[in-house]
Parts: sequence; structure tokens; C-alpha cells
Amino acid sequence: MKKEWPLWEVFIRGQHGLNHRHVGSLHAPDAETAILNARDVYTRRNEGLSIWVVEARHISASAPGDKGPLFEPSESKVYRHPTFYDIPKDVGHM
Amino acid sequence: MYAQMVKSTGDAVKSREDMSDDERHFQDKVDANIKVEPRDWMPDDYRKTLIRQIGQHAHSEIVGQLPEGNWITRAPTLERKAILLAKVQDEAGHGLYLYCAAETLGVTRDELTEKLLSGRMKYSSIFNYPTLTWADMGAVGWLVDGAAIMNQVPLQRTSYGPYSRAMVRICKEESFHQRQGYAIMMKMAQGSPAQRKMAQDALNRMWYPSLMMFGPSDKDSVHSAQSMAWKIKINTNDELRQKFVNETVPQAEYLGLTIPDENLKFNEETGNYDFSQPDWDEFFEVLKGNGPCNTDRLNARRKAWDDGAWVREGLLAHAEKRAAAKVAAE
Repeated sequence: MKKEWPLWEVFIRGQHGLNHRHVGSLHAPDAETAILNARDVYTRRNEGLSIWVVEARHISASAPGDKGPLFEPSESKVYRHPTFYDIPKDVGHM
Repeated sequence: MYAQMVKSTGDAVKSREDMSDDERHFQDKVDANIKVEPRDWMPDDYRKTLIRQIGQHAHSEIVGQLPEGNWITRAPTLERKAILLAKVQDEAGHGLYLYCAAETLGVTRDELTEKLLSGRMKYSSIFNYPTLTWADMGAVGWLVDGAAIMNQVPLQRTSYGPYSRAMVRICKEESFHQRQGYAIMMKMAQGSPAQRKMAQDALNRMWYPSLMMFGPSDKDSVHSAQSMAWKIKINTNDELRQKFVNETVPQAEYLGLTIPDENLKFNEETGNYDFSQPDWDEFFEVLKGNGPCNTDRLNARRKAWDDGAWVREGLLAHAEKRAAAKVAAE
């Protein structure tokens, strides 16, 4: 039998209450082992409080070629940012 | 440097006029320091060269565990043992980050392992030298990890996103490796005459093999020119070697140890140390498989792979059985 263990993507929540963040991937036979391996590979220096693993084949990703249609529409909408509006100094902090 | 003599296309770097539209767009992106990500278009040779380079780098981390693993059970104190164990565990981690980066280019882990075990892919020449005394643990950390850092720090800026991110993680962890080695050297250099002698002997044996880690001069190499244009190589081998010598000489002086090179001398004009080249014939022999430990290293890796087969297969069979049972229960 010649078969690789499946690939898992690893997400770690760091110390400061932030979202889980993708840190890398690893091979493991099942989810439990993937979490144990992720502990050893990605949190040797106290980097994490929580681990998510998801098998790589379950991730759907946008195609690089769709970058234009997906993200360009937001480039022209400067009014979505607070700095677009001039508020007089006299109004005070806003 | 953990990747030596990585071949790219073997052709001169293409001029913009000779590039296809895709190639020109790709080169513009690299020139603008925009990272290349796994699913982006890239030239075939970029992909192939990177697989060779990252693969060789990963193999070096994994094989690099062996010379140090040799001393884990013989470390002089429990503290030293815990430190060495942590360091060797880091090397395993570094190998895994890099294998995963290589896999994003479309090669499988098994293919990479198979190529290492069959000798078709190389690892750094340095790990084919033996570690004979405890002082070698000091010299390896100080010099070998020191030389690796020289190469890895600029590689954090490499054009391929997954490789760059792996290098960032590795560099964060690597500085501990060099310092723990230097700490061992300080202890030995300040110890009994026998310990001092051991430290000097370790430096004598590791010096030239460490200089070889950067690879032979590549100022005229077409492979390096292409890799530099693609930003998967940032400095020439000579630049990095010179930087390593410049930084290491004062560190040796502080230890009161002598670098085994009669020609070593500070050059006021260039601001660099002049030094002797290592024996490049020896280097090529080691690459060919004729170093002192090549056979031992590969045999150890083959044994680990073969002996672990039943674990890999058993765990996978168990996982598949449980997954099937879960589906049946639903």
C-alpha cells in the first residue's frame, strides 16, 4: 500500500483574542492526529490558545484570474472610508 | 546555505523582448516585489527550480537532525539535553514547513522523500561530516546555523509566497540555535585545558566545511543569474561567505580560539577579512556521495522511512475504518 496521509490546513488563535489565522499545513491520518501534530509543528513557542484543522480538499478558493471582477469594484468606493469626509475642527472628535 | 548548486534553466536570463506576455507579466510582478502565490501563473522553470531548491533545503533540515541527534543521549547535563532536544525538534519543524511550501508547487511529499532516499535530490554537504565530541554541538550551532542564517535572512524576501513565509518562521526560531551553540563554545573555551582543546579542535574541523555551505563562487553562473532575476536567490555565494567570515572572526577572537587559516587578515582597503577558500575538490567529492558520513546519513533516513511504514499504513487504515463506521452510523 502506498498512500499519503491527507493534507490539513492549520489555523491558530494567538494570545491576544484575535481570529484564528492560517499558519501552514501538515499531513495527518485524521483530524485528531492533525491537531496533535499542529501542536508540535506550529506552537512550540507558546504561539497558540486554540487550533483549527481542516482537510485541504474541503477548502474552496477564489481563482487568481477572478481578482479583477471580485476586488476592483471596491477600489473606486473611497466614500466607504471615514477619511473621505471633511468634518470641521469645531465639531470636535468624531 | 542549505541549498547548494541548485540548477535553474541553464540558459542566460531572457531579455524582455524574448519573453512571452505571461513571462513579462510575471517578471514585472517579481520586480515589483509582489509575491507569487501557488495558483498564479509561473514559468515552468521557475516552478522546477523552486521545487529543487526548497526540496533540497527541506532535506537539509531533516538530515541535519542526525549529527546533532547523535549527542542527545550524551549531553553533559539535563539542561543541555533539553536544549539540544528542542533544537533538533525545531529542525524537524523547519523541514516540515519547507516540504509544505514545496508541495504547493505540485510535487508530493512522497515524491520528495523518494528522491532523497534514492539520492536523486541532495542535502547540504555539511551534514556529511561527523560530530565527534560535545564541542561539535557548540561549533555546529555557532558556525553551521550561523551560516544558514546568513542565507535564510535575505530569503525571507524571496518572490514565492509560501517559501517566504516559511523562511520568516524559520528565521524567528533559528537565532536560538546559533546562540545555544555559541553558549556551548563559551563554556568550553573557558573550561579546562582539555575542554579548550576540544573547542579548538571542533573549530578546526568545522571551519572549512562551514565555508563550503555557501557553495562555490557563482559570480559567473547562469543558474544563479536566473535565480537572482526570479528573486529565489538574493545574494551571490561569495557575498554571503564574506559576510559570514566578517561576522565570525570577532566571535572566534572573543572565545580566544584561532581560525585555522594562516591567510586570514583584515583588509583595510576593502573593509573585509581576506581568507583562504575551502578545498573545492573535497566539496565536489562530498556532493558525489564520498564524504565521511554520506552512507550513514542516507541509511539512517531509509531505515526511518522503512521502519515507519507500518505506522503510516496502520494509522491511515484506522482512520479510514472509523470514517466508514461514522458514515454507516449516520
